[in-house]
Amino acid sequence: MTLQMKSTVRRSGPRVLVLRGGEVVDADGRRRADVVVEDGVVTAVGTGVAVPPGATVLDAGGCVVAPGLVDLHAHLRQPGREEAETVETGAWAAALGGYSAVVAMPNTEPAIDSAAVATEVLALGRTAPVEVAVAGAITVGRAGERLAPMAELAALGVRIFTDDGAGVQDGALMRRAMDYARGLGVILAQHCEDARLAGGGSMHEGPWSSRLGLPGVPAAAEEAMVARDLVLARDSRCRLHLLHLSTAGSVALVRQAKLAGVAVTAEATPHHLALTDAACATFDPVFKVNPPLRSEADVTALRGAVGDGTVDVVATDHAPHAPEAKDVPFDEAPPGMLGLETALAVTMEAVGLERALAAMSWQPAAIAGLADRHGGPVAAGAAANLCVVDPQARWTVDPATLASRSRNTPFAGRTLTGRLRHTISRGVAVVIDGEAQR
Amino acid sequence: MTHLLSIADLGREGIEEVLKVAEAFAEVERRPIPKVPTLRGRAVATLFFEESTRTRLSFETAAKRLSADVLSFSAGSSSVKKGESIRDTVETIEAMGMDALIVRHASAGVPAQVSRWVRRCKVVNGGDGWHEHPTQALLDCFTVRQSVGSIDGLRVLIVGDIRHSRVARSQVLAYDALGASVTLVAPGSLLPPSLEGWPVTVVDDLDAALPDADVVSLLRLQAERGSGAFVPSLREYTAHWGLTAQRAARLHPGAVVTHPGPMIRGVEIAGDVADLPQALVTRQVTNGVAVRMAVLFLLLGGAG
Amino acid sequence: MAERERSHTRGGVFVPRSQILSASDVHRALVRMSHEVAERNRGLEDVVLIGLQTGGVPLATRMAALLAEAEGIVVPVGTLDVAFYRDDIGLRPVLPEAVTDIPCDLTGRVVVLVDDVLFTGRTVRAALNALGDFGRARTIQLAVMVDRGHRELPIRPDYVGKNLPTRRDEMVDVSEDGVVIGSLQ
Repeated sequence: MTLQMKSTVRRSGPRVLVLRGGEVVDADGRRRADVVVEDGVVTAVGTGVAVPPGATVLDAGGCVVAPGLVDLHAHLRQPGREEAETVETGAWAAALGGYSAVVAMPNTEPAIDSAAVATEVLALGRTAPVEVAVAGAITVGRAGERLAPMAELAALGVRIFTDDGAGVQDGALMRRAMDYARGLGVILAQHCEDARLAGGGSMHEGPWSSRLGLPGVPAAAEEAMVARDLVLARDSRCRLHLLHLSTAGSVALVRQAKLAGVAVTAEATPHHLALTDAACATFDPVFKVNPPLRSEADVTALRGAVGDGTVDVVATDHAPHAPEAKDVPFDEAPPGMLGLETALAVTMEAVGLERALAAMSWQPAAIAGLADRHGGPVAAGAAANLCVVDPQARWTVDPATLASRSRNTPFAGRTLTGRLRHTISRGVAVVIDGEAQR
Repeated sequence: MTHLLSIADLGREGIEEVLKVAEAFAEVERRPIPKVPTLRGRAVATLFFEESTRTRLSFETAAKRLSADVLSFSAGSSSVKKGESIRDTVETIEAMGMDALIVRHASAGVPAQVSRWVRRCKVVNGGDGWHEHPTQALLDCFTVRQSVGSIDGLRVLIVGDIRHSRVARSQVLAYDALGASVTLVAPGSLLPPSLEGWPVTVVDDLDAALPDADVVSLLRLQAERGSGAFVPSLREYTAHWGLTAQRAARLHPGAVVTHPGPMIRGVEIAGDVADLPQALVTRQVTNGVAVRMAVLFLLLGGAG
Repeated sequence: MAERERSHTRGGVFVPRSQILSASDVHRALVRMSHEVAERNRGLEDVVLIGLQTGGVPLATRMAALLAEAEGIVVPVGTLDVAFYRDDIGLRPVLPEAVTDIPCDLTGRVVVLVDDVLFTGRTVRAALNALGDFGRARTIQLAVMVDRGHRELPIRPDYVGKNLPTRRDEMVDVSEDGVVIGSLQ
């Protein structure tokens, strides 16, 4: 880990920072404290700490100072879809969202299914404003046929494996993957979607899809695979992470499995906590996402599950698409929406600040194996990966001002409460007062 | 009217207005010279990304009888095949000075999307995916009203592949708005996954429902969209949900039968039933022109 | 006819100011105009009365009844709505008020168009265009109860109930009860 820290490029900027007047919120609780950062490390936390000579003081009055956020699920599109996003632009979007680390999903072109591609993406991440980890594919080319070289990728530090974008359809292959992964100490992350049951649907199957005449994806398409994989994980004792759960039924299955002691963690996205399938009524493909926006009852169940810990993680599923890719018929449009720059506010509105921080910082940091430098309590000696959030500030989402290379946010024009003020990544203030310090 | 994308855009008053204006155009159609100069100088384009000869001809005839210029765009023989996006196609065609676009597409919602891309064109939904086909429902209502008098209080029975039918979705909205009570009958696999919020009753037994129906609306089994796989066989479908001669005999004397065409004789409707006087199929086609004239007139007849 | 459309495009309520013709004045004018039609056309052979929707229709019907009484001949009466032929439509389309019903082929016939008020002449122009689609009439004549002036086209009536100088912003209302001048408020 020390090696990796040293290999990152140091951005210019003040070496000594003081975050003054804020309230620290982390896994240990809440307290008023100033935070001093020197050379990438938190050196002092408390009231009335001395400001070292030459320090840059960042105002945190009325704000929450928390460990930086960790996104388990970001599509940075590089290599292959650089017109939609790059590691660089995606990482800036992350920084502006309060993230100090993101996990890049492997459904790139080519997929991250070999040491060569993983190394390339990790190299791109070294000059990025936040730490970029990569997830690897479970199967070669994410084709669902042969296992990818997981051991080789694990040796490069890859901790999460997923064919995200599609689920591993073949139950026998998934079972084999679990058996293989268990010994490597890595996590298999499943995109739960039975392709046959999903039947090429483009929105949630329910009253709205029926009314709009759009082919629907039934909740069963997700729940059938959730149930299958929970059973397989129970038997294999492999660590399983369920990506972007979207239905009340999935939540119930996970709750039951956790009670039974299955080693499973689960994730939900901010948009599934905030939006319903009614948004599709205008046929605007910006609201097309996979899994689809679900019913009001599903949204309520997901919020409850984040609240009670059944769902461990809120991850963005940040999925940039160039504007022309979304200017097509709804059922031909690629699924996915931006998330990094709106996730914290949207999640805070849905589940409150404390739950949002737990689900977006220390819990995902632990799953991603980044807990030694992300998400830990704000205390002397900790790596200086922090975010400062004004929980009362209201702002209106303007797609034109996003750092992402794409514009497909479903929250365009929406006024959100809770705004990222400063982001400290590896001891450097990469965002100050909402402005990227490029 | 800004655009006609869904029957829901019209409401009862809007539907009544279209039907009233269509009466006047039906008279125009009976004239020795069935053409009026109302839309002289206006230009109407039919953008059919999914082929449909009868709907296209009906719209084009309507536009020509209003003296509008008509531009016909067909995806099969165009730049779309060369990879041009729908949005670019729409913007190009609007730039040629079109006043209205009639849009048909195999995907639901395309006319709604087109309406957001145009600057001043009026957009008419000529049928989008399984979503809606508003002018078809309007001409159905017009034809039934012409034949029966008033829609208010009628019992309408819609039979067949409702799941994949844009006609059914528009019909339910239109008949309900005009005060009819709507009943659906279909095999469960051909019903929409959810009927929550639909102003309809669903029954399982066609034979039991037929004697009470004032209007029987038959839908085509959309075999080309894979509906065939939703029933075990056409034979079984016809046996249970087709309007056979025996079933037609159970209709009450004043009842009428509609079909949006093209009919598959021997599947959803028996050949001899299709030719019965209470089958309004040919009248529907005739009235289609008058109803589409009314829609174009209401959209384009105002501002010069 | 012209008046009705103006109220359509403007909205508002007609406020009467003064009565110009009483019900019996209107009746006498119709009797006179009917006689003039018979006189000028040397009988009623080939004559067809076409009332313009909606104000001209009751007048055409009454003239036909008066002609039947006086001459013992029932002339065909038709109705014409010219909404589809108008060139002066505003922001909203002028909706057809009623159906057009032309009772016979007009080729070779003497068509007498009947309307309540002649104003700019645009309704009559539209009617002339419309009639062309029903055959080539031998002659088309125009009968109006009130000619209020302000013509915008070279059109003049053949039979007039009353010449009535008006201001442009005034309105003229013709009904069973007579002719009233007023304004739209």
